[in-house]
Amino acid sequence: MATYQLTVNGQRKQVNVDPSTPLLWVLREDLKMTGTKYGCGISACGACTVHLDGVATRSCVVPVSMVGNRPIVTIEGIDKDPIGKVVQNSWVEKDVVQCGYCQSGQIMSAVALLKATPKPTDENIEESMGGNLCRCATYVRIREALQNASRQLK
Amino acid sequence: MRAAMKLQNDLHLNRRSFLRVTSAAAGGLLVSLYFDLPLTTAQENQPPTKVYPPDAFVHIRPDGKIMITVNRLEFGQGVHTALPMVLADEMDADWSHVVAELAPAAEVYKDPVFGIQMVGGSGSIAHSFQQYRELGAKVRAMLVAAAADRWRVTPDKCRTEASVVHGPNNQTAKYSELANDAARKPVPEKVTLKNPSEFRIIGKAIPRIDSRAKCDGSQKFGLDLDLPGMKIAVVAHPPVFGGKVKSVDDTEARKVEGVRDVFEIPLVKGSGVAVVADKFWPAKQARDLLKIDWDLSGIEHPDSAQLWTKYRELARTRGNVAVTLGDEKLIDQIAAANRIVAEFEFPYLAHAPMEPLNTTVRFDGEKAEAWVPSQFQTMDQMAIGQVLGLKPEQVTFHTEFAGGGFGRRAVIDSHVQREAAVIAKRLRGTPVKLIWTREDDIRGGYYRPMHAHRVEVGIGADGMPSAWRHVVVGQSLVAGTPFEGMMIKNGVDETAVEGTSDTSYVIPNFHVSAHHPVVNVPVLWWRSVGHTHNAFVMETLIDELATRAKMDGIAYRRKMLKPEAKKLRAVLDLLEEKLVVWRNKLPPPGHALGIACHESFETAVACAVEVSIENKRPRIHHATIAVHCGMAVNPLTIESQFQGGLGFGLTQLVGQGAITLKDGRVEQRNFDGYTPPYIADVPVNVDVHIVPSTDAPTGCGEPPVPVISPAVVNALAKLTGKRYRTLPLVSI
Repeated sequence: MATYQLTVNGQRKQVNVDPSTPLLWVLREDLKMTGTKYGCGISACGACTVHLDGVATRSCVVPVSMVGNRPIVTIEGIDKDPIGKVVQNSWVEKDVVQCGYCQSGQIMSAVALLKATPKPTDENIEESMGGNLCRCATYVRIREALQNASRQLK
Repeated sequence: MRAAMKLQNDLHLNRRSFLRVTSAAAGGLLVSLYFDLPLTTAQENQPPTKVYPPDAFVHIRPDGKIMITVNRLEFGQGVHTALPMVLADEMDADWSHVVAELAPAAEVYKDPVFGIQMVGGSGSIAHSFQQYRELGAKVRAMLVAAAADRWRVTPDKCRTEASVVHGPNNQTAKYSELANDAARKPVPEKVTLKNPSEFRIIGKAIPRIDSRAKCDGSQKFGLDLDLPGMKIAVVAHPPVFGGKVKSVDDTEARKVEGVRDVFEIPLVKGSGVAVVADKFWPAKQARDLLKIDWDLSGIEHPDSAQLWTKYRELARTRGNVAVTLGDEKLIDQIAAANRIVAEFEFPYLAHAPMEPLNTTVRFDGEKAEAWVPSQFQTMDQMAIGQVLGLKPEQVTFHTEFAGGGFGRRAVIDSHVQREAAVIAKRLRGTPVKLIWTREDDIRGGYYRPMHAHRVEVGIGADGMPSAWRHVVVGQSLVAGTPFEGMMIKNGVDETAVEGTSDTSYVIPNFHVSAHHPVVNVPVLWWRSVGHTHNAFVMETLIDELATRAKMDGIAYRRKMLKPEAKKLRAVLDLLEEKLVVWRNKLPPPGHALGIACHESFETAVACAVEVSIENKRPRIHHATIAVHCGMAVNPLTIESQFQGGLGFGLTQLVGQGAITLKDGRVEQRNFDGYTPPYIADVPVNVDVHIVPSTDAPTGCGEPPVPVISPAVVNALAKLTGKRYRTLPLVSI
């Protein structure tokens, strides 16, 4: 066990866990922030996507010991980001979700995409969102909501 | 709640009446169907969790919110919005006041048709539409009666709108003000339902109730449950189905900090080793450190290559007869030039819902409590009770939101719940959450069965099929289960031949038979069940026949339809109308149009796709859907179900969409080896057109799935001239 100081959604948190524990499980079980989801544990589905120092990151394969001082933003805090708020609202406006389980990860990936590429092409979308699995296959509406958010961001 | 019981006794409510009414502790209105479980206040010793009203469909809160209880799992299909819409409309509730919750397991919440509490067969709306309409109308009548009393007028002088009763002299009363009085009113035995033209909510594109919570991380799923003192369990399952633990060395595993217990547990077949820890990560680490010597003797070690050989041989022999019309042998007299002999292969498929399987159970000796994202509440509750030596009603069973399911949470043997109960029994008094990792899920069986089809089609002088002999080979889903008597007829599991034996096409000299080999791989219904493979076979062959006859695909299908196939005819007409623009312009070079139609679960669907080939993969640029599902309760949900259902259907077509076995072991482990469709694999756009109808609504969960794969390969056939009969598409 080791003690780690984490900055999650702007707040300082302290956890005492095994260094190999993936950030995902620290968020979910130690910090009780269950909006970030476990889907595969091997970085293949994107349900666990968070922003680590602004970069969309699969938290299921990042040991907590590797996080360091990098700030973490999760779905629970993304509405404080102006782009995050627009994306979240666009998701609601376009009625994207079905089961909803993957959508935290989809939204986190979408926000990262729009921060880097405010006017994404279909190709950009497929590249950035290409690793986020949705078994309900809400992809058509994800595209719509992303483009809609992009338009609103001007 | 004691007050509610007292009130109920005071009122001497007639238990034989269809509805009973109680006043909730908070001072609202509760309405329930037959529900004779005692109201209980025995919650004192339990940790604070979500509060579920014990027996309610409607609860008008003092703050004006109207809580509607949904008698089914919500796992994406939108029933948690649609059924409240139905009830709220007849109740004349203000939609903005409506909130919804999932019902616990209870007699009252059983599917009115199936007789168990479940989601399946695309029956949620089809079976509960009338039920929820009547509930809404009865609640409305009671509210009106209460208002009429207050104003000393007759109820027929009152009208209702948006959660308000209006009296003849401009009196108004909010539902929330009337709820207590209304609860004392007798439940009307009969109510007049609205004429569809009077609907204010049904038929409107209403956004999902749960959308916001699913976009901000606040929606709790079964896997998110957190209870005081809760432990996490994972189970090491045998590498071959039915294997047993010979011995286990858990020395290293027990050294992992946070591990509380390691022990062998019985499984539905064979045995495994459970690891219980404070949290998931130590549990998983410890499981990885177990040294288990497995006894794999005396069980079949299934092997895909060998199974295919066996299945192909079986497909060349006549099976148990599902349907026979005309002369079975006529096909043998048709010249080879006028005959198509087609062999199809469909692999095992995992459902792989996004939320891994999980169940939480706490056993207290005399009773238990369970939290399950379940499609089969009745069965799962019984199974947990059975393991714990309790009656089902001694297991308080909470239905948790599920991250997908597609059939995987409707398991007849409730194997996940049994594992959780066995572990909870040992940890008496401690809530334990069993988590199946993704590896457990992908390797854990309960797949869509692999199937081989062999079809011989004779073609008449008019280009239409004159004889059709069809053999289906695949494991039965229900043999040896309580469903057997209902679903196996003449040795044929109906789910294996649905979509073929009951085809809507007129085919003379039509013969379908089936073999159900017994294989040591657990199998399960997978969204749209037998239609996944049967629609593929039928719709690709019909397309091939139309091409040979040099006829338009829609015209050919229309010519073949039985006169009574009105829904299919309607969707073909609508599809054709929507395709006029598309068909009149030449598709871009390298693009082709493919179509398919299919009726399943009483919903008819026609689908057209525009496809090209990119990097040796089908690229689906556009899909157009025409659907006839009776009355469209929520067109927005229907659109979403079709957009998503097409994508789900592509699981069997694209990428590495196959589960294979070698020497009894599943060769895939996770989404790296079993790869369902991602964003680039599904249609870029999908437009959905609904045939206007006032018929009773039929399901929309499964019917989208069957049409997409045949439509796509029918387009590919136009581009390459090849026919694709082995799934997934490994090469084009």
